Amino acid sequence: MPKYVVATADEIPVGERKVVEIGGRSIGIFNIDGEYFAIRNSCPHQGGPLCSGLVTGFLESSGPGNYNYTRKGEILRCPWHSWEFDIKTGQSWWSPAQRRVRKYEVHVESGEDIEASSAEPQKGPYVADTFPVTVEQKYVVIEID
Amino acid sequence: MENKTTKRSKSKFPVIDCDIHNSVPPGGLSPYLSERWQAYYKTFGLRGRIGGYYPRALLNAARRDAWPPSGLSPGADLAFMQEQLLDAFDIEYGVLNPLMPVGEQLNIEFGAALARAVNDWQVADWVEPDPRLRASIVVPYEDGDLAAEEIHRCGPNPAFVHVLLLARTRDPLGNRKYWKMYEAACEYDLPIGIHFGGNQGPITGAGWPSYYIEDHGGMPQAFHTQVISYVCEGVFERFPNLKIVLIEGGFAWLPPLIWRLDATWEKLRLEVPDLKRKPSEYIRDHFWLSTQPMEEPPKREYFEQMLEQMDMNDKLMFATDYPHWDFDAPDRALPSFLKPELRRKILADNARDLYAFDKL
Repeated sequence: MPKYVVATADEIPVGERKVVEIGGRSIGIFNIDGEYFAIRNSCPHQGGPLCSGLVTGFLESSGPGNYNYTRKGEILRCPWHSWEFDIKTGQSWWSPAQRRVRKYEVHVESGEDIEASSAEPQKGPYVADTFPVTVEQKYVVIEID
Repeated sequence: MENKTTKRSKSKFPVIDCDIHNSVPPGGLSPYLSERWQAYYKTFGLRGRIGGYYPRALLNAARRDAWPPSGLSPGADLAFMQEQLLDAFDIEYGVLNPLMPVGEQLNIEFGAALARAVNDWQVADWVEPDPRLRASIVVPYEDGDLAAEEIHRCGPNPAFVHVLLLARTRDPLGNRKYWKMYEAACEYDLPIGIHFGGNQGPITGAGWPSYYIEDHGGMPQAFHTQVISYVCEGVFERFPNLKIVLIEGGFAWLPPLIWRLDATWEKLRLEVPDLKRKPSEYIRDHFWLSTQPMEEPPKREYFEQMLEQMDMNDKLMFATDYPHWDFDAPDRALPSFLKPELRRKILADNARDLYAFDKL
């Protein structure tokens, strides 16, 4: 699977996101507590720009009068119809069996590793011009097929 | 936040959007209000009846990505609307339904002044700059005479394609106090559009509910009331050319209402001798309905049955409700199994047949 360098690690702080175009696809990369996750910027419901939605938590109730607010900062709510998705898995909270947004593998690599790896990563066009890979930096790398 | 519109695949069919909400930017009406009413607006503001409004869960009830980079409110920035809606989905025509509550003003003369201002603003700031857009005549509808006056003022201008009311009125709309308005609308062959909303009394048939979801999900109650009222007050006998468009009220509820009314009319026609035909006949002849938000039954056969029961395939018209949070995307909202002929009718042909878009 081709790899794309999409950002420097410190460019997406904890709780923030970056939306990039790779291979004709719009993809959002999210930093949750120092870990990076990537999902497609298109809601499986009506194709809304999912990754511009509110990052929030999940409100659940074990029974009337009991409320539990969980997964704070891990749930993405579509800006159109408020469908909620788990950023870490792409699963819908509303209908997890049927509705899932495409998730991509993301990891952080050092510039040194990227330079040294035999399979040269493809630089995302949006990022390549602005952020040439240097060995001192850490980079967010995404794999898509 | 990334506000860029994702490029969409163009619909195979032309698209006419029957429900677009443009909104007035700060000070936007000043050029169209007299000094007297500008001062009044500044000093006293808008005042309708209090208590019917439920906060919309999302600010301005808007899609979170519909806030323009200019800082204006959703629907207030023409260039952004062009980019995010009209260009993105290749909309052929769009009907503007500005929701400023002019018809609900307690100071009804101020309501009349606001109506004139909103109407002039729509033409100058929206329809003239973008030939795809058409305006609604907003009116102080709780006063039939004042409403008729505004229709006579705007009716000759083909920039306007219908008259706009909100669904929750002070009295059911078949009431004779509204008849002058219908007489005027018929004179210019303008349909009456009745849009989701209105806050003039308890918002259900049984008082005040607790949640916005009840407000939103229960809105068809108001449309029920209006359909029944129009039929039973004999409005269509008095105004045989009157056309009514129900906007954002759904439609799955209509067949059982038709059946109930027909059955009741057989037993109680003595009370309403004005009615010469079955309620179902008046309803199928005089009403049009917009699609958004559509009822979404769990099985395809239920949806097909719903259309068959309605028997109004020539009367369903597509709407997005842009920029609101329950927006329907033209390329994704209609069920995929709809046959191409019907899809084409709903997406554009029915609206093109009803509205005089080409007179401008």
